[in-house]
Amino acid sequence: MSTSNVSRRNFLRAAGLTGTALCLGFYFPSNAKNSQIVAADGAAAADIELNAWIRIDTDGKVTIFNHRAEMGQGSYQSVPQIIAEELEVDLKDVNIVFAQGNQDKYGSQITGGSSTIRGSYKNLLKLSATARLMLITAAAAKWNVPVTECYAQSGNVIHRPSGKKYHYGELVVDASKLETPKNIILKKRSEYKLVGKPLHRQDTPLKTNGAAIFGLDKRLPGMLYATVERNPRLRGKVKSFDDIATRKIPGVTDVFKVQMDVFNTTREGVAVVANSTWAAIQGKKALRVEWDDTGFEHVNTADIYKRQHQELATKEGLSFKKQGDPDGIIKNAKKTLDVIYQTPYQSHSCMEPVNCIAHYQKDKLEIWGPIQAPDWVQEYLSKQLGFPKEKVFVNMTFLGGGFGRKAFLDYPHEATMISKKIGAPVQVVWTREDDATQGPYRPGMSYRAQGVIANGEISAVKFRMAGQNHNHFMGGKKDVANDSTAEGFLPPYFETIKNISFSDVPFETPVPTMWWRSVYASTNGFAYESFMDELAHEAGKDPLAFRRQYLKDERSQRLIDKMEEVSGWKNRKKNEGYGVAITECFSSTVAQVVKVSRKADGKVKIDHVWAVMDCGWYVNPDIIKAQVEGSVVMALGAATIHEITFKDGLVEQNNFYDYKMPRIADIPPIDVYIMENDADAGGVGEPGLPAFAPALTNAIFDLTSKRIRKLPFDMALV
Amino acid sequence: MINLNVNQKAYQVDADPNMPLLWVIRDIIGLTGTKYGCGVAQCGACVVHLNGEAVRSCVTKVSRAEGQKIVTIEGLSKDNNHPAQVAWNEENVPQCGYCHSGQIMSAAVLLREKPNPTDEDIDSAMAGNICRCGTYLRIRKAIHLAAELQRKESASK
Repeated sequence: MSTSNVSRRNFLRAAGLTGTALCLGFYFPSNAKNSQIVAADGAAAADIELNAWIRIDTDGKVTIFNHRAEMGQGSYQSVPQIIAEELEVDLKDVNIVFAQGNQDKYGSQITGGSSTIRGSYKNLLKLSATARLMLITAAAAKWNVPVTECYAQSGNVIHRPSGKKYHYGELVVDASKLETPKNIILKKRSEYKLVGKPLHRQDTPLKTNGAAIFGLDKRLPGMLYATVERNPRLRGKVKSFDDIATRKIPGVTDVFKVQMDVFNTTREGVAVVANSTWAAIQGKKALRVEWDDTGFEHVNTADIYKRQHQELATKEGLSFKKQGDPDGIIKNAKKTLDVIYQTPYQSHSCMEPVNCIAHYQKDKLEIWGPIQAPDWVQEYLSKQLGFPKEKVFVNMTFLGGGFGRKAFLDYPHEATMISKKIGAPVQVVWTREDDATQGPYRPGMSYRAQGVIANGEISAVKFRMAGQNHNHFMGGKKDVANDSTAEGFLPPYFETIKNISFSDVPFETPVPTMWWRSVYASTNGFAYESFMDELAHEAGKDPLAFRRQYLKDERSQRLIDKMEEVSGWKNRKKNEGYGVAITECFSSTVAQVVKVSRKADGKVKIDHVWAVMDCGWYVNPDIIKAQVEGSVVMALGAATIHEITFKDGLVEQNNFYDYKMPRIADIPPIDVYIMENDADAGGVGEPGLPAFAPALTNAIFDLTSKRIRKLPFDMALV
Repeated sequence: MINLNVNQKAYQVDADPNMPLLWVIRDIIGLTGTKYGCGVAQCGACVVHLNGEAVRSCVTKVSRAEGQKIVTIEGLSKDNNHPAQVAWNEENVPQCGYCHSGQIMSAAVLLREKPNPTDEDIDSAMAGNICRCGTYLRIRKAIHLAAELQRKESASK
């Protein structure tokens, strides 16, 4: 008996598949490009490891194994909304279970890159339509009537001529014995009843009465709590520690040194285990630790940027993309715009601080937590422990924010090490201060932009970026440009700007960095779309008309039409500053216009934000609007408040008193519009972010003629 | 032993009198709707009602709450039907949802004190609650809707 047989059988049993349910999934044959849909029984016969996604039971209830994390972006609603559409069931009959981490079964589960819908919607539609057709076929056979006389509605198959009906639950046993049909015909968008509708999210009731279980809320029998005092310079080791005071605190049960893998480095700390979170926090405060911080650079923020600017002044960097001869044109130009943009290191600062439960047992490991990448955690920990993958169970809870931080492996690894040491389940709680001071962070970046305008037209553009490359932490090659060097920049520009180049000037520090909502587009967008604005002014053209001139494709033109219409761009008045920016991120394009004006108190205030999202095919317009609204708020903090700074290797911010969040009174009105077209689905959770900062600073330029090239900046000082 | 009354239920807890109410509620009583966000009264995720007032349970010693009336998000209504809860659902306010126990508990006090709140009232009552997902505009809308629901409710009584 092979391992895969065991695991499949275990899975089928766990899923309740004892011949009393229709369970369909899809899998990716190793030699085929497209997924194949197969029923559980067929999978067993053909020895296929099934990707179980939906199950219909004899009571007609549908269970969806949601393979992606729910961290606010709405997969808990949008995935069922897709499945219920083609399956012809009511959403109330759909139950959602978070799937455990298993890459072999679900494919990549990393909730990142705004990929949940765009990466799987076609498979989800096909899968659900397949199940519907099998149920219809089973009913037709029972009635001995042609399939064409039957249709499905609200969890029933109905025989049109007679009006007879079967509930899905009555059909699942027969349906599960059928061959999975090929050549499924999907509904047209005009036939959709659920997809494309602003339906209420099913997780909202759980999030208004305290019932939703986030990582920190999960409890296991016999579970202890732990905190860890980790090396504050992010790379150092424990030299010694004094735990006398800690051990005197009632409730503290154990204190010991622990190691945590942070990419390819090891961070040491001292763990305090206790019978309550509070005792563990008190115990951590009472520790006296002496650190060994030798062997790595202790960074200072000012030095980081000084070095980046020097590199940009002298080095060409690794070429990412080049067309035409921008260097030749710049060399011979009478006048070249040549400027530096700078963006800060930032913390993810999820409202739910990082935490994780691990229960290490002799031959298996169970993890519970707010985890964006359960399959990745499973694979990593199974390697670290030498356990077979099917002995590492990684369970996702709701995530109280993720933004990229919770797609990282450090905290599950550390929790595992602590559980292994104490031989009990343990919840490791990061305090807000740990969350703020320990990273990983969005990297601080500098950009050098050079451009030549001749006769009111762009004749050359040259961009260079300098900043840490996440890929290097993950073993990526150092002699190639960051693959995100042009992220955020609109691809249609390459059709019209004939002489343009992007390069990446390699830059390293010991500070661990990680994806942060919209990743490099969040900083690239500021540099590239600010510079487009500078070029427009140099050319003496209206910034929106200038973009229209260089974005000639149909989709961009429609987007600009919409932006112009909703923002009243053409009717703007004298004392109003209007700024526009358009960015691309994870296959969606977002345009934003920000309007600012100077108030009686002399301060510049944001009066309004308009955003237009083009994400192609979409599921739930209200979730999309909410994601863009939230992205604007996050971008407002990122542009005008937030910066993680380092002094002698120590992070200088600790908590919300010195890493302040925008509050309710700080938020301008935000109107979001969605473009209607039939293009493939693009991302939703992140693309709303990058355009805000440049739209804001471009608006401030429009009002004040003051060009802001360094983030964050203080609105009160504009 | 400390005597507590949480959501109209009596508890006797064996806890350090200095332990913040937050951790007693979460780790000892086992009600996890009240959240830890910052531990220093900055974010409002831990707001509960103490004798009807919104307090930050992360900095409220359990000894201060002894024998008094504590209400958490789990006890705000019987069936998720407080006007603020209904409005939060209607306006699709939460995204990740982590901060909204605290947001709703703060809003509930505002709605009782000012049944017809202005935007300024909302700004000042909700200034202590952070939402990292940025749902603020919907929170404002939901509070206005909750006020309307509350007025209709009292008119029909």
